[in-house]
Amino acid sequence: MERDTESELARQLIAGKAGAFDRFVDHFRPKIFHYSWLMCGHREDAEEVAQETLLKVFESSEQLREPEKIRSWVFRIAKNACLMKRRKSMFAPPTELSLDEFMPAKYQDGGQLRIEIADWSALPDGKAMQSEMRELLERAIRELPEVYRSVILLRDMEELSTQETAHILEVSDDVVKTRLHRARLAIRQRIDEYLRGNGVKEVEEKEGTHGTAPAR
Amino acid sequence: MRKKKGRMEPHQHDERCEEVFALLSDYLNLELPPEACQEIEAHIADCSPCIEFKESLRKTVDLCRQYQPTELPGPLGQEAKAQLLEAYGRMLAARTSNQSE
Repeated sequence: MERDTESELARQLIAGKAGAFDRFVDHFRPKIFHYSWLMCGHREDAEEVAQETLLKVFESSEQLREPEKIRSWVFRIAKNACLMKRRKSMFAPPTELSLDEFMPAKYQDGGQLRIEIADWSALPDGKAMQSEMRELLERAIRELPEVYRSVILLRDMEELSTQETAHILEVSDDVVKTRLHRARLAIRQRIDEYLRGNGVKEVEEKEGTHGTAPAR
Repeated sequence: MRKKKGRMEPHQHDERCEEVFALLSDYLNLELPPEACQEIEAHIADCSPCIEFKESLRKTVDLCRQYQPTELPGPLGQEAKAQLLEAYGRMLAARTSNQSE
């Protein structure tokens, strides 16, 4: 749903228009669930976060004076609900990602500088994302340390702006930009490894070593 | 000393690649000042490793944006829906009461 349509839905919800409640819940519940599931790592927690967030949205709707900010507002509530719910994460441990570790290796080829990179031209460029690629992407996101994962979910999955994401996560715009770049680089590297023939097996092995360790 | 973000000074080809590498997400997000964008584009036009890397990062962002979750919530139970409807009813009542005051 486009942001404009979402804002209109929020206006209709506030005005008590027929059908607005069901459409609002049907639209936001899966979104909140998905964010929470990738942040908390537990289905039951994600279901509870979705319910608690929607309740909070209705209970504090007097704060919703700007319906165009509905997505940002909902995710701020969801982020806080996730923090309250947090158990030991089943996903990645809390480590800092350094830019250097994602710098591609370079080599000279007949006097020309080249980088070690897969052939990305085979990757679907449209909407035809294969299920294998979807699983790979999901694993790559789950492997990210939490502070990077939250940024990529909000910026690239939910397509919130840098400023909105900074507001939700209570960090500066520069922190959002830095974390987003490193998160993207980490995911790019996983896809590159996959395309270079290491494939799913390699990804699964790596996930076995990093991905299931408790965060704290 | 660190250079100001978004500014590239003339230097070795390899160092320029590293500066472009550090700024690529800001570039793809159109969050750089115009002159920094122009400098990146001028470098990339003549640097095939940077073109390849930029394209791979752009495709990564596209994949993230196209991603459809594999995990979905279960159906909303009757009790949970009743709880939400009750909260929504209170919300509408409070708004009506505020407007009539």
